[in-house]
Amino acid sequence: MGLASFIRSKLISTESDNQIDRIEKPIGTLGYDPWGFNSDMVKMGMGLVRHVYEKYFRVETSGIDNIPAEGPVLIIANHSGQLPLDGILIGYALANRKVKPRLPRAMIERFFPTVPWLGNMLNEVGAVLGDPVNCAKMLENDEAIIVFPEGVRGSGKLYRDRYQLQRFGNGFMHLAMKYNAPIVPVGVVGCEETIPAIANIKPLAKALGVPYAPIALPFIFPAKVHLNFGKPMYFGGSEIPEEQVTERVEAVKSEINRLIDKGLTERKRLF
Amino acid sequence: MPNKPRPQILVTGAAGALAQQVIKQLSDTCDIVAVDFREQVDLGNKVPSYCIDFNKRVFEDLFRRYQFEGVIHLGRVQSSELTRMRRYNANVLGTQKLLDLSQKYGIKRVIVLSTYHVYGAVAYNPALIDECAPLKSAGLSADLVDSVELENLANLYLWRYPELNVTILRACNIVGPGVRNTMSRLLSSKVAPVLAGFSPMMQFIHIDDMADAITLAWQKTTKGVFNVAPHDWVAYQQALKLCGCTRIPIASVPPVLPKTIAKILRLRSFPHYLLAFFKYPVVIDGRTFAKEFNFTPKRSLSEIFRYYRDNK
Repeated sequence: MGLASFIRSKLISTESDNQIDRIEKPIGTLGYDPWGFNSDMVKMGMGLVRHVYEKYFRVETSGIDNIPAEGPVLIIANHSGQLPLDGILIGYALANRKVKPRLPRAMIERFFPTVPWLGNMLNEVGAVLGDPVNCAKMLENDEAIIVFPEGVRGSGKLYRDRYQLQRFGNGFMHLAMKYNAPIVPVGVVGCEETIPAIANIKPLAKALGVPYAPIALPFIFPAKVHLNFGKPMYFGGSEIPEEQVTERVEAVKSEINRLIDKGLTERKRLF
Repeated sequence: MPNKPRPQILVTGAAGALAQQVIKQLSDTCDIVAVDFREQVDLGNKVPSYCIDFNKRVFEDLFRRYQFEGVIHLGRVQSSELTRMRRYNANVLGTQKLLDLSQKYGIKRVIVLSTYHVYGAVAYNPALIDECAPLKSAGLSADLVDSVELENLANLYLWRYPELNVTILRACNIVGPGVRNTMSRLLSSKVAPVLAGFSPMMQFIHIDDMADAITLAWQKTTKGVFNVAPHDWVAYQQALKLCGCTRIPIASVPPVLPKTIAKILRLRSFPHYLLAFFKYPVVIDGRTFAKEFNFTPKRSLSEIFRYYRDNK
């Protein structure tokens, strides 16, 4: 037995194998889609994340059934914790949903494709370069897409700014309106405490070509994570001025703020 | 009632496997004249074959001698062949001469084979690139300028002389028996270089399917620019694995390192100016062509890779 087969046998259980197989995906004859999604890698990824999700971060979700069972949908969440752990946990929660699970796609920062191994690995488990064309094509494919409108402003923020939502881009709202896709807001609580950063060394980040270079312990803390999914929000597809688009984005932001507050209130302890 | 005369078609790039496949398919219904500036090819008694540089005056004699109805330009010199200057002369100036003569002699249909390389490989490429996407290649490598220039020229003639009915086909990696391009050489080799940590998504079209696509384009006079690619994808390293190639990883960071290694090794199948295509995906959307010309590729990726695996 080769190393790859050994890892595969250890990570993929029959249960998770069946769970992924019953989710329909528009893939080609060799199990790939145009963005690099690969069903075999997703199965291995699910096996790996299961332990992290259940045992390490002990994730509690509420309202996961608010995500429609089919059709295009944008899952909009707050971003935090230096690494895209929040996206992975939201993705796993939906893929592991008992009734009508879905394998969502996550839009990732533009620098990831330039990182050897990591970029490819993220693509294989469903992450996609955060580009409006990609998002539009996937909505056409009726995909569920996780978007963090704060981008690196959210994931790279310091611990002292935790749970303070940064500026949201308007791009996701334009796409939701164009493709008539509902928006499901998500409040993520706990990821801020996984890699608390006290400073950002901007010159180093610039030299390395990465969005930020945080000063933090080289350790991911096992903070307990709460994922609160809100009710789907529907926005009409009519042409409206940018000012009104921003108002709609602010409405989504307020809802996410409310869901974060709910999670913070429910949280009994950090770890 | 007299029989309708068979249309005469000029096919360029006759030394290539694709042109020969197209000639074979069209010979039943058309009279073909084959030309290649590299070598004279024997295509049997029925197909006159010439070795002429498009930039020479004698090239026009072909248009005087035959009553061409169409031109199928498959003679683009690939970026791995010749020097940059000779390639520019052949691809840009030669194509300009070909299009000028096509306009002068009242050609009714022109098909130009281009490549997906014109889109350029960058980290920020979205997937399923459609025909309206910018052609970034010229800004990324001087070795790909001639491919973009060739397209620009063809586009210019497409809009300036609508009667030429120019159709530009931007094909993904054409592979299969007899194909001698960069990708086909890699897939047929026993060991193939890869950039460590990168395995971009790729598309492959079998040479017979590509010939079918060109034949369909000849049969329907829809002008414009079209991507030609099957709606199926595979990661580069997985493709090599399926072809039975042993992968040799080359250090990928910092970016100057693989470029230097490729320049030193001077591998024809892994040229330094195409390195980005082994790092970042350039996935094109071929659905518009498929719908417009009712095109469905018949050979699967597995069939393509099986050919390379069985012929090692």
